Amino acid sequence: MLEQVLYVLSWIMLTVGGFFVLVGGIGALRLPNFYTRMHAASVTDTIATFLVLGGLLLQAGLTIATVKLIAILVFLLLTGPTASYALANAALLSGVKSNATFRKVNGKGSKSGAGQETSVNQETDASQETSASQENNEEQSK
Amino acid sequence: MREEQSASQSKTPIILSWLVILAVVWLLWSGIYKPLVIGLGALSCLLTLYLSHRIGFFNESTSIHVIPRIMGYWWLLFVDIIKSSIDVTRIILDPKLPISPVEVELESAPKGPIGQAILGNSITLSPGTVTIDVYKGRMRIHCLTEESANDMIAGKVNERTAELTEK
Amino acid sequence: MSMYVIVSIAILVTMTLALARALKGPSVYDRVLAVNMFGTKTVLLLAVVAFFYGRPDFLDLALAYALINFVGILAVLEFFQSQRNDDEEQAKEQEE
Repeated sequence: MLEQVLYVLSWIMLTVGGFFVLVGGIGALRLPNFYTRMHAASVTDTIATFLVLGGLLLQAGLTIATVKLIAILVFLLLTGPTASYALANAALLSGVKSNATFRKVNGKGSKSGAGQETSVNQETDASQETSASQENNEEQSK
Repeated sequence: MREEQSASQSKTPIILSWLVILAVVWLLWSGIYKPLVIGLGALSCLLTLYLSHRIGFFNESTSIHVIPRIMGYWWLLFVDIIKSSIDVTRIILDPKLPISPVEVELESAPKGPIGQAILGNSITLSPGTVTIDVYKGRMRIHCLTEESANDMIAGKVNERTAELTEK
Repeated sequence: MSMYVIVSIAILVTMTLALARALKGPSVYDRVLAVNMFGTKTVLLLAVVAFFYGRPDFLDLALAYALINFVGILAVLEFFQSQRNDDEEQAKEQEE
């Protein structure tokens, strides 16, 4: 009885995982610019990985394969965001444009001196953005 | 000199516990229990410990107390990931592709480097939001839609990370 | 048995889509993103294939591939960044 439940559950997890993998692939092809494509890759990196490896875990039972699967899962979930951040930050520094509206939110935590910080930060942001646009212009002129 | 000694003494239990962890991992993964293979395993464990010592890993591991607290946090994150994945999936499969990209600049509640790393990775981990820059305690986050930005701000990830690392 | 086939096909189709993005992608970073995606999907495919053929040693390959993929992506990004810095330095020298 329990075996059958686990079998059906792993079947569902694997199929839904495959569905999310497919969605990520479609998104990577359909979405219009670099930063939005990162969100599609993020879907396959988190929920799809979790569901596929989770489904395999239920199939494995309690063997050495279980330990290895858990290790792969933990490793992928730890390194995925790190690689994404490195990629996004490299793209930002090299001036890839996002076409996004900009919004500033102050944390609810520490409010002391927040006004000063934001004003300073706005200036640095403006300079960053101008330097990025200059770089873009240079690339276009080349 | 005395300070160095006391520091190395307080580090010894941490190094020993890492040795045990590495040995268990080796034994579980190799699955072959011959003297040669186990000897190689012992050698590689010691090499790993020496290399971690060289890059100053054991000076940073005072924050090991985070690990028991992190379980509840993982559950919160897991629920968050499922919700936002379904949202992003709906957007990608919608023929009209209703995206409205927003960049949010958020002041991170945790002040230490470990807390900020955990916060940035958690935000990247949930689909719909990607951390693209961390600069002096401020995070620049790219969101796929207005809604995902609002959910991210309304969600308690920021405050929870601060609670997790600073108590 | 058949569920492994379904998942494998889904992963293979996504790998093809990622390759298409890698070929099409306008910027270098689009290509790196697509290659990273291809790599993580390879890890999943190796894990599924391990169960499909009943050969658990494939899981070791998946783990090794995950490690190599991560380090490889970071190395490629580092390479592009240092290349860009060199270009900027050269531009500055030329200006001077």
